Amino acid sequence: MLDILARYDIVGAFWMTIQLSFWAALGSLVLGTILAIMRVSPVAVLQKLGALYVNVARNTPLTLILVFCVLGAFYILQLSLAPASAPLRTQIFLWAIVGLSLYHAAFVCEALRSGVNTVPVGQAEAARAIGLTFTQSLSQVILPQAFRGAIAPLGSVLIALIKNTTVASIIGSQEASAMMKTIIENETGSMVVFFIFALGFVILTLPIGVGFTELSRRLAVKR
Amino acid sequence: MSAQAVLFDAPGPKARRRHLILTILGILLAIGVVGAFVWRLYDTAQLEPQLWTPFLQASTWTQYLLPGLWSTLQAALVSVVFAIVFGLIFGMGRLSQIKPLRWACGVVVEFFRAVPVLLMMTFLFFFMARNVGMPGATASFWAVVIGLTLYNGSVIAELVRSGVHQLPKGQGEAGLAVGLTPAQTLRSIQLPQALTAMLPALMSQLVVILKDSALGTAITYPELIAAARQLGSRHGNVIAAYLVVGLIFVLINWLLTIAAGRVEQFINRRGHTAAPAKTATSALVQGGGAPGEFGANIADAVEEEVDDWRERHPRGRRAADE
Repeated sequence: MLDILARYDIVGAFWMTIQLSFWAALGSLVLGTILAIMRVSPVAVLQKLGALYVNVARNTPLTLILVFCVLGAFYILQLSLAPASAPLRTQIFLWAIVGLSLYHAAFVCEALRSGVNTVPVGQAEAARAIGLTFTQSLSQVILPQAFRGAIAPLGSVLIALIKNTTVASIIGSQEASAMMKTIIENETGSMVVFFIFALGFVILTLPIGVGFTELSRRLAVKR
Repeated sequence: MSAQAVLFDAPGPKARRRHLILTILGILLAIGVVGAFVWRLYDTAQLEPQLWTPFLQASTWTQYLLPGLWSTLQAALVSVVFAIVFGLIFGMGRLSQIKPLRWACGVVVEFFRAVPVLLMMTFLFFFMARNVGMPGATASFWAVVIGLTLYNGSVIAELVRSGVHQLPKGQGEAGLAVGLTPAQTLRSIQLPQALTAMLPALMSQLVVILKDSALGTAITYPELIAAARQLGSRHGNVIAAYLVVGLIFVLINWLLTIAAGRVEQFINRRGHTAAPAKTATSALVQGGGAPGEFGANIADAVEEEVDDWRERHPRGRRAADE
């Protein structure tokens, strides 16, 4: 068993998972924040556009988004994210990040928005009543509370994102689940292989779950 | 209470002018993004009529899309039934009086929530096809169903557990006071109320299951996305096929989400439960995504939400506690 596993670069595969997670988390955080700003803005059109994006993105299977990115956008529409000389591996990696970011941005947006929604309206009224300007009430009163309220849901989104990077194996990304498939196909379909990879994901996600829960508890706003 | 009410004061003349500018910018942005996409489609000859006319033919639907949709729905419906059974068993296990049982159920639930669904499906598919010797088509169906059941069942188990915890303490105490055993109290007093309260969340979980069944495409299960790929390779209209399939998914899931919202309103208005119905569109279920949307802190999120609800509905709370 061990000699079989030694022949495969399992750590390298998980490194790929981590890289995908990191860049997709960054991408979805940026896009999700923009969407959240649009959705909480007082401008009706921006609200509607944000809501439309969120509803479409979270009701579409991630599989479809990723397959569309590579088969549709890359091969057929010939949208290239890297210079044409770049190897296919790089193109797939970049498109996987784009697809994952597009999908999870919707959930990041909703997490941030739910954070804003935890702030009681009285807080804003009180801030205005004591004469704070818009910027002051936003930066001193509302946003600090909103961010604290958003920590727990953001943690959930991050964990989901890490697990969802496995879907990138469908479009040919060489991450952990693709590696498991290769090993099972070539060597053995024993439970041990599955448990090793499952354990890898538990190790990746468990500290994040514990950390975010602890953080959200410690920073929770007592009301 | 809307986010706008918290963040913004009523606009004055200056702000209204600013809003107008932002409105125009927003419209331009939307037109720009859609326009660029359509232009690209046009540029790569994807808007040719012969690529889109197949969707007007009955054979496209009867041979490709509807069988694909049916497979997707089949896998989703079978999984949801199994997942509810799994969730009830393990949810009750986690509420058991027997410590080892509680602990074991906890480990199982946490494990299956932490493992990506695709990883389970891939393993199960090869395991059943090769080690058990099932025919490929059967193996792929059951791999999808079992993978979805284990993951979503664990999520439902967690919903059951938090649902019972959300009930006012008096419900359980009353059960014990009239002489029911703890198990009877759970079964005949707490669970029925918890299940009513979690109905909207359960319906939203159906969206997750439906979306995740698309993962079956990776293990040769002939679901909707696989059907779209076949259709695309027959007519050379991959893009059109994927867009149509995406539209089908969005429509079904959108309807499900709306239905869940309605059920939630209905339960909050007149449901027979002492606990508030959990918001179908809450952060948890908004996570309603592919494998493993919510992490370790689902219970906390639910609790927070219910506390919020109680705060906002002080009368509901008093009525519930009395």
